[in-house]
Amino acid sequence: MSSLVTETKIGFKAPIVMAAIGLVVLVFFGLLGRDGMANFQISRRQDAIQLPDVPIDSSLLGVVSGILMLALAGFSLWLTLRNRKTRMWSISIFGFLGIVSLLGWLAADNSVPVSFIAGTALVLAVPIVLGAMGGVMSERSGITNIAIEGQLLTGAFMAAVVSTITGSFTLGIISAMVAAALLSMILAVFALRFLAQQIIVGVVLNVLVIGVTNFLYQQWLTQDSENTNFPGTLDIIKIPFLSDIPIIGPVLFENRITVFAALLIVPALWFVLFKTKLGLRARAVGEHPLAADTVGINVARTRFWWVTIGGAIAGLGGAALTIGNAGAFGREMSGGFGFIALAVVILGRWHPISASLAALLFGFSIILRVWANQVSPGIPSDFITMVPYVVTIIAVVGFVGKSRPPKAVAVPYVKG
Amino acid sequence: MTKKEVNQDGFNQAMKEILAGGATRTILSVLLGFLVGAIFMVISNKEFIEGLGYFFSRPGDSLGAAWQVVSDGYGALFRGSIYNADADTFEKAIRPLTETLRLATPLIAAGLGIALTFRVGLFNIGGTGQLISGMIFATFVATKVELPFLLHMLVAVIAAIIGSTLMGALIGFLKARTGAHEVILTIMFNYVMLYLFTFMLREQSLLQGEGIIGNPKADPAAENSLLPKLLGDSYSLTWGLILALMAVVVYWWLMERSTIGFRLRMVGFNPDAAKTAGVNVNRTYILAMALSAAFVGVAAANQTLGTAIGVTPSSHANIGFDAITVALLGGSTAPGVLMAGLLFGAFKAGSPSMQVIGISPEVLGIVQGAIVLFIAAPPLIRALFGLPKPQTSNVLGKLRSRIFSRKVTK
Repeated sequence: MSSLVTETKIGFKAPIVMAAIGLVVLVFFGLLGRDGMANFQISRRQDAIQLPDVPIDSSLLGVVSGILMLALAGFSLWLTLRNRKTRMWSISIFGFLGIVSLLGWLAADNSVPVSFIAGTALVLAVPIVLGAMGGVMSERSGITNIAIEGQLLTGAFMAAVVSTITGSFTLGIISAMVAAALLSMILAVFALRFLAQQIIVGVVLNVLVIGVTNFLYQQWLTQDSENTNFPGTLDIIKIPFLSDIPIIGPVLFENRITVFAALLIVPALWFVLFKTKLGLRARAVGEHPLAADTVGINVARTRFWWVTIGGAIAGLGGAALTIGNAGAFGREMSGGFGFIALAVVILGRWHPISASLAALLFGFSIILRVWANQVSPGIPSDFITMVPYVVTIIAVVGFVGKSRPPKAVAVPYVKG
Repeated sequence: MTKKEVNQDGFNQAMKEILAGGATRTILSVLLGFLVGAIFMVISNKEFIEGLGYFFSRPGDSLGAAWQVVSDGYGALFRGSIYNADADTFEKAIRPLTETLRLATPLIAAGLGIALTFRVGLFNIGGTGQLISGMIFATFVATKVELPFLLHMLVAVIAAIIGSTLMGALIGFLKARTGAHEVILTIMFNYVMLYLFTFMLREQSLLQGEGIIGNPKADPAAENSLLPKLLGDSYSLTWGLILALMAVVVYWWLMERSTIGFRLRMVGFNPDAAKTAGVNVNRTYILAMALSAAFVGVAAANQTLGTAIGVTPSSHANIGFDAITVALLGGSTAPGVLMAGLLFGAFKAGSPSMQVIGISPEVLGIVQGAIVLFIAAPPLIRALFGLPKPQTSNVLGKLRSRIFSRKVTK
């Protein structure tokens, strides 16, 4: 509608930011880069199909990626001059090049275990991805969800404890999803029935969940961890044939069920949200509840169920933290993932797939810090850890800018 | 109507106003919060659970155990945070109260900062980042600069406030300039500042203390830069408390009496209307974030200059997040934040003595969460206790003006 009525001017922020980052890569990773070869290991030793390693000169890689990134910045400038938006795919390639050059720079005179890094990044990103999906679902229907952190923590706790007590991972996962859904129901009821400020309820629920899990952890799990908090991790499932594909196989098709679930839920949510009547209704409720109500959609009920199911998905993300990765529950183990998921939702403009790509960036940075410490101990790891947060700030300030949330988000709807 | 009836009516109306008011709700929420905490203490108590097995034959066992654990737990909280009757001297008995005040100091100051943004319709989750920014400045002044007594302390406090204010202003500027959401900006800057601080504390040429290898830690703050002890050397309470109390007064004046506060509240009520009335909303956002962070800066000064142990990356003590709960509980008013800060300070002070008698002090986190959850939903509390809806009349106000100023308007 708005594109027909008013002609919006596309700002120059995106090309400027891209050019600046491209220059940084070209100069610091390329021209002033480190000597030595970076050895990209494509295949692992146990893989069926063996491909040779790819050694690339570290600084040459920096120069090439820097130039390509500057070319993409130029492309973005060209689009902007024609008042067209910078394309999503070009930003994705831009980010990919940046990551490759960073890997090459860190691994001068060393090897880059490509599928190990990518695979671990994916596993670490799963809780953030699923948390972000919960956030997308509730915000698309018009309810701000700051409680993702609490939902992850609830899921993590329930999955670990119930799996240990019953000895069944299935029950553990179900209870994680149900408990997180119940938590979301509290948010929904407070927001819809008591018209409480949604941001505040979200923050409070986080405080409450942290309080309850800390208390139970201290009072119960640490006393008797053998019988309460010793679930182990889910089995790794290898999908036949597909897992033999180089790189993609081990990264995508040799995983725990939690990762597969995330890989299915993200496209499924995209489909439901944008291609079905159900999703159209949810978005209508989130954008213009009065109009939705007028055509007979039950606003409160729609919001209630979208928030609740979103909570269940975030709960699964919590389960991915314990039985999908760590193997036991730890105090406040979600450690800010919920807040990162919140950022990822906005960074991905409330779109399931963009949000998941942004979440991968964070998963990547976690493994990168660990790995960078091993290959180049001299580089201050604090700065590498900082990268995704700085990138998020740059992205929010530079690319997303006036990000337009669903119009009615955080606004309670009272039937007139 | 007879005069008596009118009086009776007025009395009823005043009663209704009191019951519908925020204070009644807050008190009930606090009581409910403690009740929720008590339930958690009871259900995690071994004797109580064992007693449940034969509850109907001897209910006394379970109920006795329940009463015991709750009274022990809250008793320890009282002993650890207000008055320790077991101590042999009065000086020692009153010590817990000074600890409460000491721990409440940063919560009050930072709570005011977060409360300010609530009044403007913003949400500042960035207390931690702003606190750390202030700590970086204050640590630099306190460990790398030499100045005479008192002056050094004053410069360090001002440095903390400036450091925090700059961080807040930057976030406000980015929001106003690009439309980026302040929630995301503040969360991200929390992490960035934390890692930056850790890096600086690891770097000998920046903030790391002399002779410390590897660990991210600063030198202890110089003697001259420390906040002086308020009640002599036997208590750790410092002049930081006075700073926080001054902040409360400044906040009250700023929000309730000044034109700036009027503009801030106006934007909070309705940004569109404020814009129509000629208020520059974007500039107000920058101002609000900067002022908010300035209050957080007082907390940063307290964390850096309160004790003579070197600052570490964890010295922010999560005050930035706790301040959100403090601001919520305090209803974003000056006296409210003061009381809320004292309550949560008492929780922090009382935790160790609960630990000693074997009750996890984490239960206080539950109490804290439950209290603000009830506060967040006024209709819930009203429904639970059958309180009247908010009243539109102003009988109480008239009563108050009759008592205090005698200028009764008809």
